[in-house]
Amino acid sequence: MSGVPDSVDGLAALLAEHRYLADPSLATVLFLALRLGKPVLLEGEAGVGKTEVARTLAAALDRRLIRLQCYEGLDAASAVYEWNFARQMLEIRLAEREASPAAREALARELYGERFLLRRPLLDALGPDPRGAPVVLIDELDRTDEPFEAFLLEFLADFQVTIPELGTIAAAAPPIVILTSNRTREIHDAIKRRCLYHWIDYPDAARELAILTARAPEVPARLAAQIVAFVQRLRASDLFKLPGVAETLDWGHALLALGQVELSPETVEATLGVLLKYQDDLAKVTGATARALVEHARAP
Amino acid sequence: MTDVEPRVVVRGEVIAANVLHFTRLLRRAGVRVGPGDALDAQAAVAAIDVTRREQFYWALHAVLVRRHADHPLFDEAFRLFWRDPMGANSALSLLLPQVRTPVAKNLSRRLSEAWRPPQPHAPPPTTAPPPAEVDAFLAYSDDEVLRNRDFDEMTADELVDARRVIRALALDVRPFVTRRREPHAAGRELDRARTVRAALRHDGELIALARRRRVERPPALVALCDISGSMGRYSEMLLRFLHAYLGEHPGHAFLFATRLSNVTRTLRGKDVDRALAQCGREVADWGSGTRLGESLRRFNLAWSRRVLGQGAVVLLVTDGLERDDAGALATEAARLRRSCRRLIWLNPLLRFAGFEPRAAGVRALLPNVDEHRPVHDLASLAALAAALGRPAISR
Repeated sequence: MSGVPDSVDGLAALLAEHRYLADPSLATVLFLALRLGKPVLLEGEAGVGKTEVARTLAAALDRRLIRLQCYEGLDAASAVYEWNFARQMLEIRLAEREASPAAREALARELYGERFLLRRPLLDALGPDPRGAPVVLIDELDRTDEPFEAFLLEFLADFQVTIPELGTIAAAAPPIVILTSNRTREIHDAIKRRCLYHWIDYPDAARELAILTARAPEVPARLAAQIVAFVQRLRASDLFKLPGVAETLDWGHALLALGQVELSPETVEATLGVLLKYQDDLAKVTGATARALVEHARAP
Repeated sequence: MTDVEPRVVVRGEVIAANVLHFTRLLRRAGVRVGPGDALDAQAAVAAIDVTRREQFYWALHAVLVRRHADHPLFDEAFRLFWRDPMGANSALSLLLPQVRTPVAKNLSRRLSEAWRPPQPHAPPPTTAPPPAEVDAFLAYSDDEVLRNRDFDEMTADELVDARRVIRALALDVRPFVTRRREPHAAGRELDRARTVRAALRHDGELIALARRRRVERPPALVALCDISGSMGRYSEMLLRFLHAYLGEHPGHAFLFATRLSNVTRTLRGKDVDRALAQCGREVADWGSGTRLGESLRRFNLAWSRRVLGQGAVVLLVTDGLERDDAGALATEAARLRRSCRRLIWLNPLLRFAGFEPRAAGVRALLPNVDEHRPVHDLASLAALAAALGRPAISR
């Protein structure tokens, strides 16, 4: 494989070049996934950068990113392949008109051939690619149902899919597979067994500041430090949904757009909706609480 | 039936008769073994080398045990039924129907009852009238006294009754339509892939259009059960209900009094008595006071996003007697209701005629549930209680 770093630190540095600051545990898991050719299952709260891992990895290794967004009812026809029904019907009609037994015979043989196959993301991922095996992102796996998980087992274990009419199609080169889950339901143990598992937690203050600086370099250093201090303190409080890193970045951009150079209780109250998305949580943080948090954040 | 003298001649029909006895024993002990299984057992035994005890064991196991939960009972029954006085590995032992009451200690109650041949309905043993219900633990203190709990084991009859009642309970959880499709003759959508495949079988002639429809499936049931002192023996009954329910339906079970415990894995896939015994050991706040609001808050924070996805229905079983702040309870109940498809409150207190929502907790809960189902469900629960009718648990 071209361009794959040969050490954990090398991979972390490569990701950092692409503005993704992975902590040592995540870098190790990703490195092992590349080395062992195993899928990675990333779990964590919304907004901690699970999807971004796959994006950055694809960019850093210069691979194609194939994304499969999961939803309830996702089936093989949308995820792997489908037969081009309209074209099949058309060809059948044409063959009827010709009425030559030989032509019909030929069509019957061909009707379930490559020509009529519509490739969906997972089948696409198995094909050869001059840039190297693609990165496959199976996003929010918890949104599908058990039948689809069961279907994934073959793909994840052997990087192959079976199409009854064509046979088994194996990967030209094993793709790099990243699965993510928000844990709105437990992923089945059989899937977990085939993957390396990693729980992405909220970053500590230093790492979060580094992320904010890397992702939003326009935010003044002083404001960035205050934002991170505020958010870190907020995560320690008793909220229904804690703000993720994505919210921190959004907030940085929002404050920048408002031309702020420092946190003030007024702007915090006005922009808190960027960080907190539940009414109860918002109600808890307004007023005196917000002022105390701002004071804490502004303290040197 | 009495003891039978050991016989030395290996005779097929004796083995067959004993295998039949054994299957009936299992059935009486509550394992689901039908006549077809009994025939399969005969065929299985005929196919193997019966002089090898291990083969014999696993041949019977293969056809008679369908659920992992039944394994321990089968194992115990096998060891006792095919007990061998002459030595553990002798083929002779297969010929000895050991139809006498076993003397082993710690024998499963269902198994020891199954050992005795079925008797005509004997009058129930006269017991002391159950003590008047005393709601003794309505208060909690921070230094709560944690108690574990020992359950009585269930008899086979009770198990059968419980299954029947649970089936009759038929909670009104309507299946919901998923986005997944399945072939169906009267479906509303055209199944294009199957239509073409069918056409190919007839030289490309479109004779019939294949159809499909959307798959319906029952929602997962998430049960939150109050096990505080005021719930009395209902908590045990509920556990049995949950055990039977989770054995056949998707769902999760949580218990709470002063703290919240997830007992789904403990209950699922085990023999009912073992599962309950384990619950009794694992859950430390049996029969203490209720912290309803706090328990719901714990659930909302730690679990709701993990188990309420994909349209779960929540069954909240509590008497609503809350000693904490009722306002907080209302907030948490409202949030719980917004997170699930349907919040059903089963209230055992409604068994008392003239129940009025006077307690602050009850008043806080009432506007925040989709359904407060006393009548129909209560009748069923009461039937369940009657089916399991035994005096209150002795500790």
